[in-house]
Amino acid sequence: MSGHVVPVRTYVLIFLALMVGTALTVGAAFVDLGRLNTVVALAIAVCKMLLVILFFMHVRHSSQLMKIVVASGFLWLVILISITVSDYLTRSWIPDPEGWGPSTAITLPSQQSSTAKTAVVAEAPASAAAQ
Amino acid sequence: MHYPRIESHVHYLNVNYGIRSWLFTTDHKRIGLLYLASVTFMFLVGGLAAVLMRLQLVEPQGTLLEPDTFNKMFSTHGIVMIFFFLIPAIPAVLGNFLVPMMIGARDLAFPRINLLSWYVYLVGAILTLIAILNGGVDTGWTFYTPYSSTYSNSNVLLVGIAAFITGFSSILTGLNFIVTIHKMRAPGLTWSRLPLFIWAHYATSLIMLLGTPVLAITLVLLALERILHAGIFDPKLGGDPLLFQHLFWFYSHPAVYIMILPAMGVVSELITCFSRKRIFGYKVVAFSSLAIAVLGFLVWGHHMFVTGQSVYAGLIFSALSFLVAIPSAIKVFNWTATLYKGSISHDAPMLYALGFIGLFTMGGLTGLFLASLATDVHLNGTYFIVAHFHYIMVGGTIMAYLGGIHFWWPKISGRLYPDKWARFAALVIFIGFNLTFFPQFLLGYLGMPRRYAFYPQEFQVLNVLSSAGASVLGVGYAIPLIYLIWSLRYGPPAGPNPWGAKGLEWQTPSPPPTENFEETPIVTEEAYAYASEDHELV
Amino acid sequence: MNLSEVHTGHAHQFEDIEQQHEAGTLGMWAFLATEIMFFGGLFAAYTIYRTAYLPAFETGSRLLDLRLGAFNTVVLIGSSLTMALAVRAAQTGERNKLATYIVLTMILGAAFLGVKAFEYEHKWDHSLIPGLKFAPEGEDLLQITRWHAGIPQVQLFFCFYFFMTGMHALHMIIGLGLLAVLLVRSLRGNFSTHYYSPVEVNGLYWHFVDIVWIFLFPLLYLIGGRY
Repeated sequence: MSGHVVPVRTYVLIFLALMVGTALTVGAAFVDLGRLNTVVALAIAVCKMLLVILFFMHVRHSSQLMKIVVASGFLWLVILISITVSDYLTRSWIPDPEGWGPSTAITLPSQQSSTAKTAVVAEAPASAAAQ
Repeated sequence: MHYPRIESHVHYLNVNYGIRSWLFTTDHKRIGLLYLASVTFMFLVGGLAAVLMRLQLVEPQGTLLEPDTFNKMFSTHGIVMIFFFLIPAIPAVLGNFLVPMMIGARDLAFPRINLLSWYVYLVGAILTLIAILNGGVDTGWTFYTPYSSTYSNSNVLLVGIAAFITGFSSILTGLNFIVTIHKMRAPGLTWSRLPLFIWAHYATSLIMLLGTPVLAITLVLLALERILHAGIFDPKLGGDPLLFQHLFWFYSHPAVYIMILPAMGVVSELITCFSRKRIFGYKVVAFSSLAIAVLGFLVWGHHMFVTGQSVYAGLIFSALSFLVAIPSAIKVFNWTATLYKGSISHDAPMLYALGFIGLFTMGGLTGLFLASLATDVHLNGTYFIVAHFHYIMVGGTIMAYLGGIHFWWPKISGRLYPDKWARFAALVIFIGFNLTFFPQFLLGYLGMPRRYAFYPQEFQVLNVLSSAGASVLGVGYAIPLIYLIWSLRYGPPAGPNPWGAKGLEWQTPSPPPTENFEETPIVTEEAYAYASEDHELV
Repeated sequence: MNLSEVHTGHAHQFEDIEQQHEAGTLGMWAFLATEIMFFGGLFAAYTIYRTAYLPAFETGSRLLDLRLGAFNTVVLIGSSLTMALAVRAAQTGERNKLATYIVLTMILGAAFLGVKAFEYEHKWDHSLIPGLKFAPEGEDLLQITRWHAGIPQVQLFFCFYFFMTGMHALHMIIGLGLLAVLLVRSLRGNFSTHYYSPVEVNGLYWHFVDIVWIFLFPLLYLIGGRY
């Protein structure tokens, strides 16, 4: 049976690269990059994943078909997450009708900081508070 | 007339006997028959629930069922019909039987996994039946939170687990089909020569693989929430009940295409055979299956237009939903174009196929009403929706399923059934179906909400019509059950190709031998190469 | 149809061993695509709640033990290396190496699960089990008030922590079971340079479980709140 035999050295190098990635991601977590922290962590995770898929899982030497199967799995994950998030991201675009009080629905941008949220509630008109 | 047993050759039915030879079989054809028996049984269970509902609704203040029992009846009907009948019906019965034969393979790629999928289905079905006998479930088939996670006192957990388990049977079937279609086609059987039944099952398998696991994890979350009350779907604890709907419909909308795509595959086979023509626009029909499978994943939010979903997301979902109409319409157009100037014969399978085209078109067009944001506000939660999806699922999937069963029955059993009865039954089903569900469009448009045991006096005439239609439909379904079983013993031998159809499955004896073909067939022509010299349009 | 038939040559439905091998690999990849979507539902829910309740999720991260998480990451990636080497040994027909690497992989996998169990126990002691026993106190509670994170929202974080790592651990346990079967078969000499498809397919599964952890580690233990 034909199967591409990868030299041991490659596997060990990939392992070392993964270790470096792990160290990097832990290190980056201790630096305050603001929102970039998440981006950096995910970027490193994606790189590590690609190393595992391409080398440990032999996709680099696999057929086109295998690559398509792998890619479509992740593509569908992106569809699931992005379209679901698009709902939550746009919920706050329409303001709550006057006199209804603050919405209790989960809306992503407005609840970024819980302190800001409580401030809004505190300043709400007395009529809303009376309800 | 009493025909003797078919002893002429060794085939998959007579190669060995006994219950063990069936329960431990890895022959895709026998597993298909195991599925046939089990989905038929589940169809009867789900049908019984429907009968009780229609009886209750004959009168505005019906006294047959308590409102609580009524809730359990429509939940049972939905859960059993969707998870245990419609989703496995065509893929697991006809697909199992035909996919390897149509591509000239000896079996599916993973025969033992195929058998496992039937056992998994069986476990799910038994758990559901236990739950039904144990008091039932009243959440509707959608298990919406927070009712299902916090408030319902019925067997949500057990049914949820059952649906979770059954999902794996679907995943395993899809997995098997994908690998088989990719790796095991006979020499010469290129992608552009594949029967459209295969294309449809390929597209269906994609949905099974990529959609079903999301339902599985959603049901796990629901079960954990119901046990722990930790707040994943509980607004009091910061959770969002709508998230459940997002995840649920991410699978359950594409699941509609799990039901309808294989039906479309069946219809393509029937239309070409009984009009003796090549399919009009083979490539377009094939790719429209894939297009439906992919687009079907982008539209789930149209089930949530009247919830707290963002209006902007609603807009996008609405627009994408309209897109699905395009590949569906392409198929209808191409079937019709195939009929044009064909030498059409009205055998029973063809009657079902023609019925499918008409009813599916109606179901599809009314779907556009519901994909429009504004009209959906009026129609959502009414009988209009009920009528719409029954036109797709009953008028579409079940018509095609029965058409397929009638078409391939001679191959499956080696026997012919009485054609006059079959045509009569097809007619009764068509009439009964329309009588049942057309009044529901009107009811819904007039504002009768679904899922209620009672209704105002003014809706009675239409409800009585619908219930009357349901009884006609019930008779229509009973007739094939009788004559098909009768034909197993008394039907005349069919011969390898009673319809004069193209396709590899007709080139082997009926019933086929265990390994399907004496020797691996070699394909030299495209699909549906019917005697074209007489009827070629070009 | 029996098992021995599969060992001696290709199964009856295939034309040759090559076709069988390709079918097996494709089948596993297709299955892994479903696994991506299975975990995907959790990741989608996590994304939404994390964005909605950022302070609570960042506080939740602080309450996890980074050292144990990092240790486990190293262990699991190490087990991926030994698994890859096991597949290589199967390809080259080195039977003893194959068994050794499978055993090593299993040891590393078990170590991972042991650490995980220790972490779970720790969370139980600190009353950080959502639903059953969620009443943060002492230093934990101080952190939660300090970062203005509501207790129910922190509980949501721990829901995801337990659901995601629990589902991952379940996959590890299944993986260990599969490896045990593989070990027995390799000791029996079932595999050769011509027939090693099960080793490769199990390897794919094991690496996938590793990939899930590569994402869980930063999402749960790291991002936000470590500075």
